[in-house]
Amino acid sequence: MSNINQAGSADEQQAPGALVEWEQRVAGYAGEPPFVEEPQRLSAIAAALKDAAIAAAIAAALFLFFIGFRTDIAIGGLDLTTRWQAFGTAIVVVFVGRLLFRILLWRPATKAGTRPLLLRAFGSGEGTPLSEHFARHSKSVGVVALVAAVLYPVIILALFPMKDKQFIDLGVLVLTYIMLGWGLNIVVGLAGLLDLGYVAFYAVGAYSFALFAQFFEVGFWFALPIAGILAACWGLILGFPVLRLRGDYLAIVTLAFGEIIRVVLLNWYTFTGGPNGISGIPDPTFFGLEFARGDDNLPGLLGIGYDSAYKQAYFFYIILALAMITNLVTLRLRKLPLGRAWEALREDEIACRSLGINTTNTKLTAFAIGAMFGGFAGAFFATRQGFISPESFTFMESALILAIVVLGGLGSQMGVVIASIVMIGGFELFRDFAEYRMLIFGLLMVIIMVWRPRGLIATREPSAILKERQTISADMVAQGEGH
Amino acid sequence: MTAQNPLLAVEGVETYYGNIIALRGVDIAVFEGEIVTLIGANGAGKSTLMMTICGNPQARKGRIVYDGEDITHLPTHDIMQRSIAQSPEGRRIFPRMTVMENLQMGALVTDGASFDADLQRVFDLFPRLKERQHQRGGTLSGGEQQMLAIGRALMSRPRLLLLDEPSLGLAPMVVKQIFEVIKDLNREEGLTVFLVEQNAFHALRLAHRGYVMVNGQITMSGTGAELLARPEVRAAYLEGGRKEAAE
Ligand SMILES: Nc1ncnc2c1ncn2[C@@H]1O[C@H](COP(=O)(O)OP(=O)(O)OP(=O)(O)O)[C@@H](O)[C@H]1O
Ligand SMILES: [Mg+2]
Repeated sequence: MSNINQAGSADEQQAPGALVEWEQRVAGYAGEPPFVEEPQRLSAIAAALKDAAIAAAIAAALFLFFIGFRTDIAIGGLDLTTRWQAFGTAIVVVFVGRLLFRILLWRPATKAGTRPLLLRAFGSGEGTPLSEHFARHSKSVGVVALVAAVLYPVIILALFPMKDKQFIDLGVLVLTYIMLGWGLNIVVGLAGLLDLGYVAFYAVGAYSFALFAQFFEVGFWFALPIAGILAACWGLILGFPVLRLRGDYLAIVTLAFGEIIRVVLLNWYTFTGGPNGISGIPDPTFFGLEFARGDDNLPGLLGIGYDSAYKQAYFFYIILALAMITNLVTLRLRKLPLGRAWEALREDEIACRSLGINTTNTKLTAFAIGAMFGGFAGAFFATRQGFISPESFTFMESALILAIVVLGGLGSQMGVVIASIVMIGGFELFRDFAEYRMLIFGLLMVIIMVWRPRGLIATREPSAILKERQTISADMVAQGEGH
Repeated sequence: MTAQNPLLAVEGVETYYGNIIALRGVDIAVFEGEIVTLIGANGAGKSTLMMTICGNPQARKGRIVYDGEDITHLPTHDIMQRSIAQSPEGRRIFPRMTVMENLQMGALVTDGASFDADLQRVFDLFPRLKERQHQRGGTLSGGEQQMLAIGRALMSRPRLLLLDEPSLGLAPMVVKQIFEVIKDLNREEGLTVFLVEQNAFHALRLAHRGYVMVNGQITMSGTGAELLARPEVRAAYLEGGRKEAAE
């Protein structure tokens, strides 16, 4: 693309079309003075300041009694203490919070023209610069994320020797949910089958390993494929009866399925141990070596000394590998006929059949493969916890995994990662406010759904192998005006 | 095209939606190399017949024979893997997939060996699709979507192409263009076409033969020119029944 100056001065050397294009572009600029924005933004900031000041004043009036004074029961009546520092902090928090909210997020209904900064940067629901951005750079973002994940335990071990175990454990938790999200993404995101009972497969995987370990004393690596296969079988068992269901009906049946599995686990004392669960599930070995004290075990042989954080790091790399397998399989399948058929199924079942796609098999494979990854994750969960009980597999888990998939943007792999980090990380952050957790969880969902109704990363990345370079910029095409 | 067996034969087919009868014993024959059109009023059962041929819903009585094989009770995907392709009513392209991906979906039943040649053929027929190959299906205009639906159907290298109202909602120019393509495909490649249409005038002029369906039954059949000349066809489908009212 030539810039305006060039096109204007050297138009003789240009193709005749270039001049026309330039004229059109000038005409396009004509109605749009470039310096109108600035004063508007200044006044917007002034308005935001005023607004924040009002909020702070109201907060001051309220907090004076709520926070500023404290009464304790003392001998002979009440003892009044003042807490000016907490009072001041609260007001500052309100002021800054309100100011940031006004500037970054809130869009005043009256002035359609002034868009808050954050929305301008990341795009709102209709124009989707954020998701386009991710779609365009998804590969490099993915690589950076992977490198960060690989280095995470090392960095934590080096920087936070006191809290390393806790932080790595959090990473393991997040990765477990990323893997579950990716697994469910196959069913919900790609094939469009709303599954509210995904935790059932997680449970099947966990119990498969636990029971195999209990009765046959097998190790994690041996049980892992078995757990996956058994979960896949249960996926098929769920798949058959729901083949003809869609949408809400499918959701209800899968929900019931998840509960049935849990109730069976709870009540089959003799086999599953009922509410007492199963304990003593063995740790995974590293080529036959264990992460335990003693010179014959791995830390001893490496001469690094025993530290329980190393075992956490090992768990971290196992789940990272499992999650990456899930991701790579999904990405690969998307390019194969099977994955294509899943996506086509999500878009239009009738068209699918009219193209000769066997929708029955397509649905069943989606359930089975999604379930298989759930099963792998379950087996990992069992070995990490060392103890499982039906309590870990409630509907709340299914809802959480589904929320991760939906908030991330159906079908988006990177969206699942972001949503997992935000939600699971957020849960841990608010651990001290356990009773508000669900409230914040709900609030977060509402905010994201209002802000980005189709999830954080709503753009579906085409999986067609592009033979020619794309000439039309993606955001033009999204609005149907690329020409 | 008279003595040999028809490529597609529909014999005494009855189709029900639950207890409601939609097709009351329909007989149709389509011979190799023909364009056959089916016209009829809204709700006559045209789309139902087309879907019955594809096995969704299946015929309760009668039989459907394609290329000498009884396909009446085969599942839809099996039927569609037998060199039959369909552009269903309402286009039904995949909105979130790109044009290219939609076309690839059409080629899913083939072994993929001839993909490049087939793609080139579709792009030659509809240059618009080539221009828009990276655009998402849902953002195409109605006419472009129709082109995509036909193009997608052609990607499976069909011998028999089933088209349900390709002219629906399109500007006369685009209708003409699409009918031109159908004609070329038939003339140059010998593609057999079964065309369901509301646009009776265009359809009958294009087709070798036509059928008229009323209330789930075939009431008339003949060559396109014959049907066009019939006063009852003119009255009911070409001039909005004005003539009948005037008489
Ligand atoms: N899924 C269905 N369930 C019940 N009845 C249906 C169903 N589909 C179609 N019908 C009924 O069958 C009859 C024939 O419908 P069909 O779609 O075949 O009509 P058509 O000739 O294609 O009409 P149009 O020109 O409007 O597309 C109509 O009375 C319609 O209401
Ligand atoms: Mg119809």
